[in-house]
Amino acid sequence: MIGMTPWTKNRYLPPVLLVVGLIVTAILPSTGIVNDYLQFVIVSIAINAILCVSLNLVNGWMGEFSVGHAGFMALGAYASAILTVKLFPSAPAALIFPAAVLIGGTVAGLAGIPVGILSFKTRGDYLAIITLAFLMIVKSGLENIPYTGGPRGMLGIPHLTTVAWAYFWCVVAFWAIRNLVYSKYGRGIAAIREDEIAAEAMGVNTRAAKLVAFVTSSFFAGVAGALFAHQLQFINPSSFDILKSTEILVMVYLGGVASLGGSLLGAGVVTILTQCLQPLGTWRMVVLPALLVLLMLFRPAGIMGYRDWNWLKPRLSLKLRSKNEDKAERGKEIVS
Amino acid sequence: MKYLAQQAINALQLGSIYALIALGYSMVYGVLTMINFAHGDVFMLGSFFCLLLIAIVPVPFWLALIVVMGATAILGTLIERFAYRPLRNAPRVSAIITALGCGLVIQNTTLGISPYARPMPHLLDNVTYQFAGITVTTLQIIIIGVSVGLMMVLDFLIRKTSFGMAMRAVASDRATVSLLGVPANEIIAVTFAIGAALGGAAGLLYGMAYPVVSAAMGITVGWKAFVAAVIGGIGNMRGAVLGAFILGTVEVMTVAVLPSTYRDLISYSLLLLILVFKPHGLLGKPTIHKA
Amino acid sequence: MSVLLETRSLTRQFGGLRAIGDLSLSVNTGEILGVIGPNGAGKTTFFNLLTGIYPPSSGEILFNGRSIAGLRPSEIARQGMARTFQNIRLFRQLSVLENVRIAYDAGLACSPLDALIHTPRALSRERESIEASMELLEMFQLGSHAEDRAGDLSYGAQRRLEIVRALALKPSLLLLDEPAAGMNPSEAMQLTEFLRWVHGKFSLTIVLIEHHMQMVMALSDRIEVIEFGVRIAGGKPEEVKANPRVIEAYLGTEGELP
Repeated sequence: MIGMTPWTKNRYLPPVLLVVGLIVTAILPSTGIVNDYLQFVIVSIAINAILCVSLNLVNGWMGEFSVGHAGFMALGAYASAILTVKLFPSAPAALIFPAAVLIGGTVAGLAGIPVGILSFKTRGDYLAIITLAFLMIVKSGLENIPYTGGPRGMLGIPHLTTVAWAYFWCVVAFWAIRNLVYSKYGRGIAAIREDEIAAEAMGVNTRAAKLVAFVTSSFFAGVAGALFAHQLQFINPSSFDILKSTEILVMVYLGGVASLGGSLLGAGVVTILTQCLQPLGTWRMVVLPALLVLLMLFRPAGIMGYRDWNWLKPRLSLKLRSKNEDKAERGKEIVS
Repeated sequence: MKYLAQQAINALQLGSIYALIALGYSMVYGVLTMINFAHGDVFMLGSFFCLLLIAIVPVPFWLALIVVMGATAILGTLIERFAYRPLRNAPRVSAIITALGCGLVIQNTTLGISPYARPMPHLLDNVTYQFAGITVTTLQIIIIGVSVGLMMVLDFLIRKTSFGMAMRAVASDRATVSLLGVPANEIIAVTFAIGAALGGAAGLLYGMAYPVVSAAMGITVGWKAFVAAVIGGIGNMRGAVLGAFILGTVEVMTVAVLPSTYRDLISYSLLLLILVFKPHGLLGKPTIHKA
Repeated sequence: MSVLLETRSLTRQFGGLRAIGDLSLSVNTGEILGVIGPNGAGKTTFFNLLTGIYPPSSGEILFNGRSIAGLRPSEIARQGMARTFQNIRLFRQLSVLENVRIAYDAGLACSPLDALIHTPRALSRERESIEASMELLEMFQLGSHAEDRAGDLSYGAQRRLEIVRALALKPSLLLLDEPAAGMNPSEAMQLTEFLRWVHGKFSLTIVLIEHHMQMVMALSDRIEVIEFGVRIAGGKPEEVKANPRVIEAYLGTEGELP
């Protein structure tokens, strides 16, 4: 770790690569190289990655246990679908879709505020219970709203989630959360995980940090929900139950807690695994939780727990650290 | 008035069943400070064990109860031994996640074997009594009676036997207790067994009362009992029973007034409401930490 | 001499237990105040009250003339009161550098938006935070460990890191809770010299809880003695050492303090 260098000396290479990725994903569908099914899988991986990294913020970096993530996803899915199906069905896709996704995220983010506030005084088991209650309330609440189809859900949602949009939002989510993690708030969030009392004693505004964590996490869950709704074109409350939350939990704890790369990895593995297990039908939902149990018994932090690939870290910390280490190695006299 | 009394009996019935399950949650939380998410599915298996048993050899009610309780007791012990004990010293989150995983494995395996809900055949002749204009069936009497009976046995066990004292000691301070020669592992295993047995009994009784049995019952019914335990103050036996009867009453009242789809919404909202104002449940005591 | 910290009739109950009772004392700017007393006397509870970890049951705490009772610990920390803990409470999984930066960042303004999109303002603050923290670490011979996990350091280095972390808050008042715990007498004397240097270099006021008597006597300008949550004596080290009430509290009715 001492003397590590940024993965590329050219500071413009990463943004350029991302833009290239955007162009590639935009023209991919029309080239016919990748068939519909594969596109579906790629989009699913992107959506799951957003879900995973956003849950990781609360469960990984902050060390809590939220089972309510599917609830935030549901809010985003429904809010965006209401916009595109009920309110503005004839609006042009290029305008309405980004708006729908943003609104989905915002609605979910706002719902994160009360949960965040509850986390000020409540932690651990009781916070887990609160998130469970939240999940059930959202699901049950949606079942009782005729406007959105009640238990039968909403049909006919336009297929607006292209590979390009999924890629775009995935990049945005990872970029924003990476920035957050490598910032004053991110370090505060990690300090809360390590020792909340010591964090307070060292000047960390734990309330602000918790709010930022929950709101950011639920915002992106809502974004993912919106993308999800416009991919499957059909949503109902049962899509967002404890099994969905469990699926996301598996991604987090498999890929690696408190890790950006781990979130990507976990999402990829679980999505592909789920696809491969399709022929098993309901038995698929035995494999996933069983995997969770095995993970807890043998590797609870996941594959990349608390570690990350260098190319995901911000240039500043890498560059300054190697410079400072040279200074330290040259040595300084200390009065002792 | 008669209507209220009728509903009161329904609430008593539902509350009794919830209480049996809720006690399992509270007992385990008491000794291990762990939420046994799999408990709801043990309850569900109680119903299925009963179905299985009767399908093989039609036995009278009392025998079925004993066999089912024994079977779920063994199941509970096995889960504790292989899924929870290895994580005794792991961070709490790991244990909860494992419990969740176990529960879902049980639920979905059962779903795979029996995708459709099944009816529970009759275990005893149901006689209806008319009592001052109120209808009471033997079924209801049995359910309430058996539940209350089991609770009384449990209460006696905890408060008047040395095993119960050991259990309370383990709940208080596990580390010291083993230093004093109390076999903590065994006590914990028996606690799980008892909790699971009660859950199994509840499963059988539930199947008799609302005679459709499905794999989803672990979550739809089992987790309600968990809500009840938390409302009362998880880890607290009295709280579990209190919460169970409160929740039973609320649910019966909800279904009487609103469409049944509102049941979950009201129950979980009640939970949230109580946790906001009493973060440790109605009878729970917060632990005061010296930093 | 001005008073930096003052408590008036400070009391704290935990249910039926009165951990601190009617404690009134003051700390002068620039001095080193030793707080001693038998185990369980309430000394750490006293620190917890000062730093806001729990509020007083009654009484007042004045820091720089302003009441701080009821404020959140992070606010009190930002006002310039830092502490170390009896059982080291570092952020073990995080790096040494991150531990220090977290405390340093308490003084940096940063909005959530700055954090989420890494504005130039946020980046320059990050740079400042890294440089200042590294400087502090190097001053205490921990610079080469900047990237190591805090939990992997040796015991002595961890104790040092806790002090560095507290100093990163740029405090005017430093509370040290048994900094020499687990050290042998010669290590404790080294720590004494070290703390004297820190006291001068950073222009601090220090309140020190310690059981190593030689250290307390050598370092403190004044000493307060607490037993069962109540102040039983106070004054210059020589006075306190000879005080029969103090000797009785520690040793029973016969004997001498070392």
